[in-house]
Amino acid sequence: MPVLPDRVDRDAPDYLARREALLELLAEHDRQLALATAGGGERSVARHHERGKLLPRERIELLLDPDAPFLELSPLCAWGTSFTIGGSVVTGIGVVEGTEVLVQAHDPTVRGGAVNPYGAKKQGRASQIASENRLPVVNLVESGGADLPTQSEIFIPGGAGFRDLTRKSAAAIPTIALVFGNSTAGGAYVPGMSDYIVMVEGRAKVFLGGPPLVKMATGEVADEEELGGAEMHARVSGLADYLAVDEYDAIRLGRQIVRRLNREKLGRPPASSYSEPLYDIDDLLGIVPTDLREPFDPRDVLARILDGSEFDEFKPLYGTSLVTGFGQLHGYPIGVLANARGVLFAEDSEKATQFIQLANQSDIPLLFLQNTTGYMVGKEYEQRGIIKAGAQMINAVSNSDVPHFTLNMGASYGAGNYGMCGRAYDPRFLFTWPNAKSAVMGPAQLAGVLSIVGRASAEAKGQPYDEAADQAMREMVENQIEAESKALFLTARLYDDGIVDPRDTRTVLGIALSVAHNNPVQGRRGYGVFRM
Amino acid sequence: MSPIRRILVANRGEIARRVFRTAREMGIATVAVYSDADAELPFVREADVAVRLPGNTPGETYLRGDLIVAAATASGADAVHPGYGFLSENAEFARQVAAAGLTWIGPPADAIEAMGSKLGAKQLMRDAGVPTLPWSETVEGAAAIGFPLLVKASAGGGGRGMRIVREPSELAEAVEGASREAAGAFGDATVFCERYLEAPRHIEVQVFADSHGNVVSLFERECSIQRRHQKIVEEAPSPAVTPELRASLGEAAVAAARAVGYLGAGTVEFVMAPDSSYAFLEMNTRLQVEHPVTELVTGLDLVRLQILVAAGEPLPARALSPSIDGHAIEVRLYAEDPTNEFLPATGTLRSFELPAGVRVDSGFESGSVVSPYYDAMLAKVIAHAPSRTEASARLGSALRRARIHGVTTNRDLLVRILAESEFLEGATDTAYLDRHAPAELGAPLVAGPDLRRHAAVAALTLQLVNRGEAKVWSRLPSGWRNNPSSMQQVSLDDGTGEVVVRYLIGRDGGIDLTVGDEPVAVDMHGAEGSVVDATVDGLRFRSSVVVSPDRSLIDVDSPLGSSSYRIRPRFVDPADQVAAGSLIAPMPGSVVRVLVEAGAAVTKGQPLVVLEAMKMEHTVASPAAGIASEVRVGAGQQVIAGAVLVVVDSGEASEPEPT
Repeated sequence: MPVLPDRVDRDAPDYLARREALLELLAEHDRQLALATAGGGERSVARHHERGKLLPRERIELLLDPDAPFLELSPLCAWGTSFTIGGSVVTGIGVVEGTEVLVQAHDPTVRGGAVNPYGAKKQGRASQIASENRLPVVNLVESGGADLPTQSEIFIPGGAGFRDLTRKSAAAIPTIALVFGNSTAGGAYVPGMSDYIVMVEGRAKVFLGGPPLVKMATGEVADEEELGGAEMHARVSGLADYLAVDEYDAIRLGRQIVRRLNREKLGRPPASSYSEPLYDIDDLLGIVPTDLREPFDPRDVLARILDGSEFDEFKPLYGTSLVTGFGQLHGYPIGVLANARGVLFAEDSEKATQFIQLANQSDIPLLFLQNTTGYMVGKEYEQRGIIKAGAQMINAVSNSDVPHFTLNMGASYGAGNYGMCGRAYDPRFLFTWPNAKSAVMGPAQLAGVLSIVGRASAEAKGQPYDEAADQAMREMVENQIEAESKALFLTARLYDDGIVDPRDTRTVLGIALSVAHNNPVQGRRGYGVFRM
Repeated sequence: MSPIRRILVANRGEIARRVFRTAREMGIATVAVYSDADAELPFVREADVAVRLPGNTPGETYLRGDLIVAAATASGADAVHPGYGFLSENAEFARQVAAAGLTWIGPPADAIEAMGSKLGAKQLMRDAGVPTLPWSETVEGAAAIGFPLLVKASAGGGGRGMRIVREPSELAEAVEGASREAAGAFGDATVFCERYLEAPRHIEVQVFADSHGNVVSLFERECSIQRRHQKIVEEAPSPAVTPELRASLGEAAVAAARAVGYLGAGTVEFVMAPDSSYAFLEMNTRLQVEHPVTELVTGLDLVRLQILVAAGEPLPARALSPSIDGHAIEVRLYAEDPTNEFLPATGTLRSFELPAGVRVDSGFESGSVVSPYYDAMLAKVIAHAPSRTEASARLGSALRRARIHGVTTNRDLLVRILAESEFLEGATDTAYLDRHAPAELGAPLVAGPDLRRHAAVAALTLQLVNRGEAKVWSRLPSGWRNNPSSMQQVSLDDGTGEVVVRYLIGRDGGIDLTVGDEPVAVDMHGAEGSVVDATVDGLRFRSSVVVSPDRSLIDVDSPLGSSSYRIRPRFVDPADQVAAGSLIAPMPGSVVRVLVEAGAAVTKGQPLVVLEAMKMEHTVASPAAGIASEVRVGAGQQVIAGAVLVVVDSGEASEPEPT
């Protein structure tokens, strides 16, 4: 078996410098995660605890099987916006009673768990992951409904959440709501559309209209318990299937429900035994540069994430800007496409197209390791049909049926982002390393292009070009694009499913692969493989 | 006499196995009798054939002489060995056995009877020249002996009908009370008073007599360390007996045996004062529990000698000129809680393994159930070594390394006694456990930093099991989080209290761990099967860690000691919760008396229910003042451990209290 070599000099000054730079980025990432975990802040958390209530992550920890991993999704959603980091909701994938489930938990310490536009988007993404991967959904509900000041951005699109709940049900993907507190007005349909509903006695309140609204609407005087208390719903309306005595009991019942779902994964199970990579994944910190101009060999990454560091490279001598080949990750077969030297040429695109077809023939999931500045430009390349080559690759990616997983390791620019299965190409999961960036092009290039265009326009009009203004414009644009290319900016807008510490890459991909195998893995068939 | 070919043992547990072992060695077939509760115990399996005695209580089973004789006849046995306890000193049974044409492996019924009456035996001994304590059957005579005095029932046993009197003014009332109690308990009101020695040594002499006129002393045993009049540490020879004294004791014991025309194995018990003067206490007309120490120092098989004598053979030459080789110490490992007045314990022995290098006479094995119906002795563990010091060390070490889980035992008490300085000096007497509080000696051996070490190992092993048995993601890092917000935690209850272990396993395998609030440095080196190799708090050691299949219990054994943990479930089904103020049966047993009526007001500490289990009465008292809102049991009712007996409503919510 071809085993990738260890080529890392751990004492080299540039290795150590890269390591230090990346650790700095990771420290910043950790600080942002801590802010997300802090939710509505100390006072709000203390008040919540005083009421005998658990925080969303405390509820999740209790729900999960002891010692089982948990992958939190989009934890830094809404970073850099006026909303609290995290979007007032926690989503993630964990294991309950041996079953992989998607968990969503409102954070009632953040504006009472009200859903803002970012949180709505985050929940939408989580919901999509559940649907695509056939994951049962456990909703830990405690939310005051829509964040009213931003209702215009939520109300109309927000209906999709309820639609998706029942569509999941129609697809035999179970949905479970554990209601810990308020779940009112539109929010009432979260439990309402779920297959199973547990409500906490004395705490859960599920009604369309609260006492003031009812009084205004009909003149009727009724208290909250009468309108939507857990006991009322368990004994009278029948909306609640289970009445829990407290939060722990609700979580116990939630686990009990999952235990009896009779779920079976439809994909092939992973190899029962496999080797860990031969080299320490910690090395990635010194391998991966934070300066995107500095190239690195993705084989050094593969050597640290693939089982036994084994990688069977496909077409190693052709289209060498892109590395393709087969390996195994946590027992699952995987095909890899990894940028080796930034630019994609026609040969690389053809190789990618062929490789994607091969993986589909063999029902092998694909991993895209992005580090691309885009497809090659220039007269020679245009004339030789770089657009056709790129189109072939984008065509293959778009119509491939095996699960795709994308990791942005550094650069993801231009149409390279599309060909390498960017967000718009619906990979099952897309993760980003903290050093990574993505934009239509590099900031300097973009500013330069604007400058050239501006200068040409001025010349055409016969006007003098304001060099000082041009300088200021270039700087401003460059700064703006630089800021908007950063991993934190991208993750805040749900352009990925989370920033990943490079040292967690193997674990995260292991979870992603396992999750994808809840469905059968089946490639697209119909034509013979086109040799490009 | 015809040779013995098939022996029925009219007993259970370890003594049945003990007799079977020798019988097998002698080529003799074996028959067991067993109660329903004992059906799965090893002695039933090890017998060639076994006969069921329906029921559980001794009265229904092992005390049913008629059923046992019928079993012997039905199974083709030609001899009956009574073991100890039950019918072993029942002259009537000995006669039944003989009448059925079976050989009785024990002394003549007349000798049993003669020694059965305490008063008669004392008279007999005095006449035979054996030293006795002065006694009197009258109040006046007793007063003349001097105080303190012990009032005893002649037909008594087991401490019933006994009273210690220190003041002349109390004497008359004590005699009257003891007499009344004796009449009730034994149907014989005869009592007598004898001098009471405050803290004597208990010295006993093993005697053997054959039908050829030989009576021999196999030397003394000392059994001074006792709890509730029951021996727990026994040894041979006694550290307080000189060769001269040994000869004198031997002569007295042989004289006692001759006086009753004794045959077979018997034990003459003496009390010995600090000045080495001794006096006859009683004679046990059977094989003693503690016979192994004599076997080990003399190299004789006493059961074999019993069988030979019963078959009419003479005692072999080695028995007739015995000698002492080294020192042997036996401890009785009991299922009981020394820290709680030796309350008997029951349950399933999840594991019961003793290391090699010691003799273990036991009726139990891993998986056995200790029932509430019989004596709670799990095993006799005996060490033999050239010196007393070495024997204590070897025995202590074996007990320390034993793997015993599932049932509370006195193991830790025994280990501490064997290392205690007064014991090591040989300064033992029957007041030993009055001077050395059992609650302290019996406290868990694993303490202080070792408690934390075991808790850490238990939690991390549970974590390994959780990961190993996971249906998905089992090879992914344990407890991994991309956004860690808390540590994994498990709450462990070792019976003395609950401790929460929190841990976080880093991506490089580094472990952050706290036990309670104390951080503990841990490094896991590996785990193979149930053996875990870890450095905890600076010490590297290997532990055997067994997690029960339902992951509710963890047993840890290491060179530091043993710990058993109940894993507190993360969730409790409200349906399983008992009402606040519920008083729970601490062990299975029967309700003797209910002392309260539903609705009655009760005070804190007021006795509410009396349970009887394992021959002991246990009073369940109210934990607080309030109203007995529910009384759920009645007199005579059998209850299981954990059953709710009474609910006391104290007007404030409180946790259910185990009594």
